[in-house]
Amino acid sequence: MIYNMEYETMPREALEAIQLRRLQATVERVYANVAFYREKFKEAGISPTDIRTLDDLRRLPYTTKQDLRDNYPYGMFAVPMDHVVRIHASSGTTGQPTVVGYTARDIQTWAQLMARALMAGGANRGDIIHNAYGYGLFTGGLGVHYGAELLGVSVIPVSGGNTRRQVMIMKDFGPTIITATPSYSLHLAEVCEEMGVSFKDLKFKFGIFGAEPWSETMRGEIERKLNLTAVDIYGLSEVMGPGVAIECKEAKNGLHIFEDHFIPEIVDPATLEPLPYGSVGELVFTTITKEAFPVVRYRTRDICSLNPEPCICGRTHLRMSRVTGRSDDMLIIRGVNVFPSQIESVLIDTEGVTPHYQLVVDREGALDVLTVKVEIGEQLFSDEVKKLQATEKRISKNIKELLGVTAKVRLVEPKAIARSEGKAQRVVDNRKL
Amino acid sequence: MQVEQISVFLENKSGRLSEVTGILAEAGVNIQALALADTSDFGVLRLIVDDNEKAANALKDNGLTVGRTEVVAVEVEDRPGGLHRLLEILKDTDINVEYMYAYVHHTGKHAVMIFRFDNSEAAIKVLTANGVSIITRERLYAI
Repeated sequence: MIYNMEYETMPREALEAIQLRRLQATVERVYANVAFYREKFKEAGISPTDIRTLDDLRRLPYTTKQDLRDNYPYGMFAVPMDHVVRIHASSGTTGQPTVVGYTARDIQTWAQLMARALMAGGANRGDIIHNAYGYGLFTGGLGVHYGAELLGVSVIPVSGGNTRRQVMIMKDFGPTIITATPSYSLHLAEVCEEMGVSFKDLKFKFGIFGAEPWSETMRGEIERKLNLTAVDIYGLSEVMGPGVAIECKEAKNGLHIFEDHFIPEIVDPATLEPLPYGSVGELVFTTITKEAFPVVRYRTRDICSLNPEPCICGRTHLRMSRVTGRSDDMLIIRGVNVFPSQIESVLIDTEGVTPHYQLVVDREGALDVLTVKVEIGEQLFSDEVKKLQATEKRISKNIKELLGVTAKVRLVEPKAIARSEGKAQRVVDNRKL
Repeated sequence: MQVEQISVFLENKSGRLSEVTGILAEAGVNIQALALADTSDFGVLRLIVDDNEKAANALKDNGLTVGRTEVVAVEVEDRPGGLHRLLEILKDTDINVEYMYAYVHHTGKHAVMIFRFDNSEAAIKVLTANGVSIITRERLYAI
């Protein structure tokens, strides 16, 4: 089912005409109302009238998380405060929080996009949503909530935490859709099991999971343990919140970006050159309908690719792949961009396991040397040295073939890689540049 | 006919071997044979001990990766040419010795060697047919 048939299945040509009109209006508005953008555009020698085609977007400067922080709290708002009806903020775990605002119309737009997303994920009138995203400064809870009400489904604003009570509610209230982070949904499954409640006896049909990176393997686990169909949702507060992109339940293969509201680009995180469809790089967004907090070429730091292929669900909007990493983690080894997540997928493909690993980069003379340390588990271990050496060679060969970079692979003892708060440190860069 | 060996992955770091022997000593495990194969980066320690379960658990509890492999304990005449005669038997077969090491104790006038063959079943068959005696787990622990 498609919530907004006209816009979600619009032919590309018509969609691009709307995008251009909305982009031009946005650029004019931020130029007039946000000092930050006005100065940046002037520095780049661009005025709003220079935006004549969608390609002209590439002439505009990028906006970074640091720019948002530098303008804390309200410096990036494009409307007077008396037009702002809602304020959200990022958690600030990686620095100063980022504050975002919404006008009444922004809230309506967001609700409409979340209604589209919920329907793409399988929700419809008569459904009951168990909304386990946190309510508060975080956009997850309220984002889903408004979309659900607009779509006309019942929403249980259960929020995060108090898991045993959540299990009781799932049992007694009969929700049919769950919205949560993937990791919390697995925690719910564990607690259910402890309490002797089986998901098979619950009424869930679909789950819409996001707000953190997850994998296909995790999807399989969630679908099995929660006995439902799981789809991926993407969003970030700087762009809007949840509902920027959604996977359709028909294809479950990439997330449709609501392009009548956001223009996505993929760029090389090192050179910032735009990349063609299909290339893996950093996702960049320009909002084209936001009033209170528009962003122009905002670098999300999320690594993914864009797929323009038509989708079986009928939507014409581009699909983004799962987010596979963060550009902050990117390494440049002898001119080749390498993400830890790419090494991880080589390890999974080669050995069928997800070992702990660490990338160590040294500079020997003028050359970068990449060493991949892999903690040895029982699956990889052998009593024969030559087999262990063959494992090292096999991984190294696959890294070379798939990523085009030469890496020395070294097996190390379990727990040899330093962990902070249970998370392994993935990258050690010893180069002094 | 085979004997279980325990193997441990070790990085090439000074003191690492003594940590392992320390763990086994603490667990009250007696080492009956031992061999270390090493490369520039890592080593594999192979052990025949009196209590595999206890040894494997103690090592795993200390965060080490432990493997368990079936190996063959073979009686070798303790005189010049003893080992040579045995290897001659295998020479014309397609059985390969992956590695071997000596057992600490003797059985009277015989030494005991631990062999890791690429095909243990075939090796046991050939050796037995040529009058070489293979030592069972029970007999090995009783030596």
